[in-house]
Amino acid sequence: MSKDSFLSKKNKMLLSDPLDDNNPITVQVLGICSALAITVQLKPAVVMALSVLVVLSVANVVVSLMRKMIPSRIRIIVFLVVIATLVILVDQVLKAFVYDVSKELSVFVGLIITNCIICGRLEAFAMANPPGKAFLDGLGNSFGYGVILIIVAFFRELLGAGTLFGYPVLEKLGVYDLGYENNGMMILPPMALVTVGVLIWWQRARNEKLIENE
Amino acid sequence: MQELANIFIKSIFIDNMVFAYFLGMCSYLAISKTVKTSVGMGAAVIFVLGITIPFNYLLENYILKEGALVWISNDFINVDLSFLSFIMFIAVIASIVQLVEMVIEKFSPSLYSSLGIFLPLIAVNCAILGGSLFMQERGYTSIIEATVFGLGSGVGWFLAIVGIAAIREKIRYSNVPPALRGLGITYIITGLMGIAFMSFMGIKL
Repeated sequence: MSKDSFLSKKNKMLLSDPLDDNNPITVQVLGICSALAITVQLKPAVVMALSVLVVLSVANVVVSLMRKMIPSRIRIIVFLVVIATLVILVDQVLKAFVYDVSKELSVFVGLIITNCIICGRLEAFAMANPPGKAFLDGLGNSFGYGVILIIVAFFRELLGAGTLFGYPVLEKLGVYDLGYENNGMMILPPMALVTVGVLIWWQRARNEKLIENE
Repeated sequence: MQELANIFIKSIFIDNMVFAYFLGMCSYLAISKTVKTSVGMGAAVIFVLGITIPFNYLLENYILKEGALVWISNDFINVDLSFLSFIMFIAVIASIVQLVEMVIEKFSPSLYSSLGIFLPLIAVNCAILGGSLFMQERGYTSIIEATVFGLGSGVGWFLAIVGIAAIREKIRYSNVPPALRGLGITYIITGLMGIAFMSFMGIKL
């Protein structure tokens, strides 16, 4: 067995694959709950993406280090304990430094525990691969997750409130003078689903090997 | 009594787990291909929510909340363990699910064969943990209210998954654009159902 260098082609695939062909949200259908609920504005979406990045990559490394010691019968409980511990840490850090965003995310920080991306990646990847690779896989998947979150939040905040990160972009561009009105619909929960649906449509129209045959 | 009915209706229609908070979306999308399996999954969710929420309510109010430990001794009045709530709630949920699975297997094999395969999936269903966290956040005043909230949320989830499964069974006969088939169209239909559910907003008994 030859030893791969840390950034060999295969390892780069671990990072780039989840961004498109194997995206956790639009292709693997993991971790949707939180992705939809906190995308009304960009700021909570970015904070959420970062939290998932930390939890997923650290949990991947920890489980990968312990992979030979975990009996397979109780692995889910072990996963949950590792994840829950990390989530508590993240939650305390958020409460200490960005209290207003943490209030806005409310229960959804806690729900990272049951975010299926994390359990899914631990089960499918970290249990079978060494820590270095597991770390890259964690990074890649959380980037894939974060990208979707940020795209959805970008459109919802821009069209729904006319702002980006709270900065009134449309007003400064003078779009309102042309008779444009904020689309209040985009702020309502159902439009998150439709936005992701359209995103999936666009991705699959471009990348035809992802089309499902029912 | 009226207050309870109010909580029940509110948790089914207005604060619907799926349409208003997107909880349990993963299993909602994965298991909604046929009505039969989705009825099983929905029933299992009602069941588990109805059991875990009262349990976690007791845990929250007698152990975790600030000052909740005064029943042991007055020295504990300033102890606030609420930062432990995530790990405690998920541990309670995972163990109750395991316990319920064993009890059902022992006493009702027929129920086990219809619910059994869904129970392990439920431990990591965010609707269950979400239910407990909402219970904590909204601060229900009695265990009965918390239980009613749990059952109502379960019923709301059940309605949502059975509804989408029925639509997905029918949509197989329509000509959906290839790139939208499967996941894409399911998202968009769920969005439309969510808009329909929004018309319940403001209902109060």
